Amino acid sequence: MNVVAPFEGIGASVRRKEDFRFLQGRGAYTDDFNRQGQLHAWILRSPHAHARIKSVDISAAKAMPGVVAVFTGADMVKDGLGGLPCGWQIHNKDGSPMAEPLHPVIAHEKVRHVGDQVAVAIAETREQARDAAEAIVVDYDVLPAAVSMEAALKPGAPAVHDDVPSNLCYDWHIGDKSVLDAAFAQAHKIVSLDLVNNRLIPNAMEPRAALGEFDRTSGDYTLHTTSQNPHVIRLLMAANVLHLPESKVRVVAPDVGGGFGSKIYHYAEEAIVTWSAGKLGRPVKWTADRSESFMSDAHGRDHVSNAQLALDANGKILGLKVHTYANMGAYLSTFAPCVPTYLYATLLAGTYTTPVIYCEVKAVFTNTVPVDAYRGAGRPEATFLLERLMDVAARETGIDRVELRRRNFIPNDAFPYQTPVALQYDSGNYTATLDQALATADWAGFEARRAEAAKRGKLRGIGCSTYLEACGIAPSAVVGSLGARAGLYEVGTIRVHPTGSVTVLTGAHSHGQGHETTFAQLVTDKLGVPGAQVDIVHGDTAKVPFGMGTYGSRSLAVGGSAMMKAMDKIIAKGKRIAAHLMEASVDDIEFERGIFRVAGTDKTKALVDISVAAYVPHNYPIDEIEPGLEETAFYDPKNFTYPGGCHIAEVEIDPETGKVSMVNFTAVDDVGRVINPMIVEGQVQGGIAQGIGQALLEACVYDADGQLLSGSMMDYTMPRADDLAPVSVATHTTLCTHNPLGVKGCGEVGAIGSPPAVINAVVDALRDFNLRTLDMPATPSKIWGIINAGRQQAAE
Amino acid sequence: MPQVTLTVNGQTHTAEVEGRTLLVELLRETLRLTGTHVGCDTSQCGACVVHINGESVKSCTTLAVMADGATVTTIEGLAKADGTLHPMQEAFREYHALQCGFCTPGMVMSAIDLVQKHPDGLTEQEIREGLEGNLCRCTGYHNIVKAIAAAADVMHGKRTEIASAAQ
Repeated sequence: MNVVAPFEGIGASVRRKEDFRFLQGRGAYTDDFNRQGQLHAWILRSPHAHARIKSVDISAAKAMPGVVAVFTGADMVKDGLGGLPCGWQIHNKDGSPMAEPLHPVIAHEKVRHVGDQVAVAIAETREQARDAAEAIVVDYDVLPAAVSMEAALKPGAPAVHDDVPSNLCYDWHIGDKSVLDAAFAQAHKIVSLDLVNNRLIPNAMEPRAALGEFDRTSGDYTLHTTSQNPHVIRLLMAANVLHLPESKVRVVAPDVGGGFGSKIYHYAEEAIVTWSAGKLGRPVKWTADRSESFMSDAHGRDHVSNAQLALDANGKILGLKVHTYANMGAYLSTFAPCVPTYLYATLLAGTYTTPVIYCEVKAVFTNTVPVDAYRGAGRPEATFLLERLMDVAARETGIDRVELRRRNFIPNDAFPYQTPVALQYDSGNYTATLDQALATADWAGFEARRAEAAKRGKLRGIGCSTYLEACGIAPSAVVGSLGARAGLYEVGTIRVHPTGSVTVLTGAHSHGQGHETTFAQLVTDKLGVPGAQVDIVHGDTAKVPFGMGTYGSRSLAVGGSAMMKAMDKIIAKGKRIAAHLMEASVDDIEFERGIFRVAGTDKTKALVDISVAAYVPHNYPIDEIEPGLEETAFYDPKNFTYPGGCHIAEVEIDPETGKVSMVNFTAVDDVGRVINPMIVEGQVQGGIAQGIGQALLEACVYDADGQLLSGSMMDYTMPRADDLAPVSVATHTTLCTHNPLGVKGCGEVGAIGSPPAVINAVVDALRDFNLRTLDMPATPSKIWGIINAGRQQAAE
Repeated sequence: MPQVTLTVNGQTHTAEVEGRTLLVELLRETLRLTGTHVGCDTSQCGACVVHINGESVKSCTTLAVMADGATVTTIEGLAKADGTLHPMQEAFREYHALQCGFCTPGMVMSAIDLVQKHPDGLTEQEIREGLEGNLCRCTGYHNIVKAIAAAADVMHGKRTEIASAAQ
């Protein structure tokens, strides 16, 4: 019987390799590891938003059963440990660097947010460590807290950091204000809008965990941690905090249960378990309770903005002016400063030909958990601002909201397109994604559905967003000039074994993205090796040469490109070996999907013939070519990639309860070439669920004293299955012009495009109530309040 | 310390536990069955769901002593000895109903119980409401809902194998 193997290359919806272990409970997440002699750490956290630590009495805790050690911030100071570093430096308008106060691993002298680390108890069992932490007596001098950005910027506000009395981290801007003022002077109409981008708590399903080990024989440290980027953690922790040579530190990020940005950053607990494992000579493990995650994982978003759009009489945009306040929280998390600047303001052109843009961003310290990148990071904030503004502008100019967008789209023949805010888009077709989405969503037939809903007593609305994002981060020289303290290339190694199977070592990290499948498809497509014989290795600094990790939808665009480059090297070497074996000139050797052929002949060698020859070099040009078949490539992207598209939301509101129900959601995204359509669809669906969560359900709430009110899954509304409706996801491809795969990235588009589409739909449903602004989340109480107030007004 | 005896995935175990030991701790730490996960501390997320005497239960909210004498099935006990996946596991794979895999064990265990409790079949809305006790942050649930519907057809004998997903 002649069995034809199913196609497993680029474009096939190959079922995931990793699912076998996950579906049978064989995943290996950080908390699943236990070591001989392992101790357990429990972190005592501050119950106050802002307080001076007068004293920490650990004597009772140390005497508790099973307790091995209790450490405080003073112990870390004594050992000369550094603070948690920030990876990006922003400069103020006047050229001076941002304020960058010390971020102690364990708070010393002062606590600055509820959840700040105050001490760590280490004991034989987790329960003993927890009991001991509760026996630590801390004498706090409670201080007034600066909780909201508005409060923090008031003269005389409590200073989160004594050395930053204004609480202003930076005052940054981009664009030419005088050119903008001139454009605004010509305007036929100026549309102004105040917006809040609500603060979110990422809540990856796996709580963070860390397991530190110290090998007394070698002096080597090993950290298992829930990270999206183990090499970055090794670099930051070894160089900045523990002051160890990187060669003595191994960081492993095994199976990781979701990240969404929150597991990019170097967290205190990673340093605590590694340092204390060295001090105690025993493994030390820490696993967060969900309640700890709420008050110690970096939060996301939290912008307050005013935006003004200048238009001419035909609805063409003349200019955009934006003022934004961005919350940094109490300390600078690893990448926090770049989120409201280079991942936000640079996106304000969106899909439009706006000729001039000026944006000013003030980043503010507050007595809240640090804020950093969360799925989309800056780009959802820019998209929400722009796409809400377009709808308001349409209403105030009387131009149809879809038509207004069309009039301002960057035309297809304008690529490469240089925006006024630094970015140069390589490709896109915004009319095509819009048209496809309008057709799929039956936009034209909506008024009939609205009328039908009205008969049932429901308010139905429809809204769109025609968004764009920049991802595949990022060209190292560019980000370096913008303040990044790292390069953002990626690394890939292709190891062809003697018998022809392949191991890929990648610096990207999979925490749900399905890299083990998608990356294998690249190897199958290019080298002709079946997926079952390709293994993807990631997440271990002892195995993978180097890597910058996974975030910013960069794994395929940057990491995949590194693999392609390494495979090119394998093929080039393979051709030289094949030329020798077939006694031909290397210039005459062709290669396609695993077969080396002498051009124009039937003389061939398979990849396995070449690998055998390379590892058993008996008949081999040993003076000219080294044995072995393994190549490594570092790929530094030439540009960002620019996915874009159109999202359309359709909602129904029950006016009696204010509940907004998702009825339909349509996404047409241009993510460049699609390697695995099934996985791309899954990524987009998941992103949209988070976007709908932001728009309708999720809000991080602090009270005026800095207590986190939404501090558990009973208080913070995570989207559940019955909050969501089926989503129609499609792609429309224009290829990225500057990476070898033509890919753009798909991890964040869902979370970026969807929130304004949903809110525009809600505002449309409430069009009789003359609603101009609507802050997320559009909860039932908020919507009912709007409807009720409108009815009362009408009655008066 | 109290002693508990329970059958887990067909094997009988006896262990000494503290009164406060949770069933999930006994499974994960003592029996080293780490497929059952802990995702929250308020009994909201459902990552810890196992079957006790055939019914889905959150093992983070069950004391180990409460499972004394019980028959427990965890995610590790679903596939047959020859490696054949349970229809629900097979459907989750076919419909790409998992990404990071962390909620998956609890999601699969809840889904099996949900299907078993609806011998006449389930509507999409019933599946969505039936997942009220399980959180997933990766998938947006759509593929989970499809997978459960496909598995239900096999579990109820309407089909002999999981219907292929569109892609």
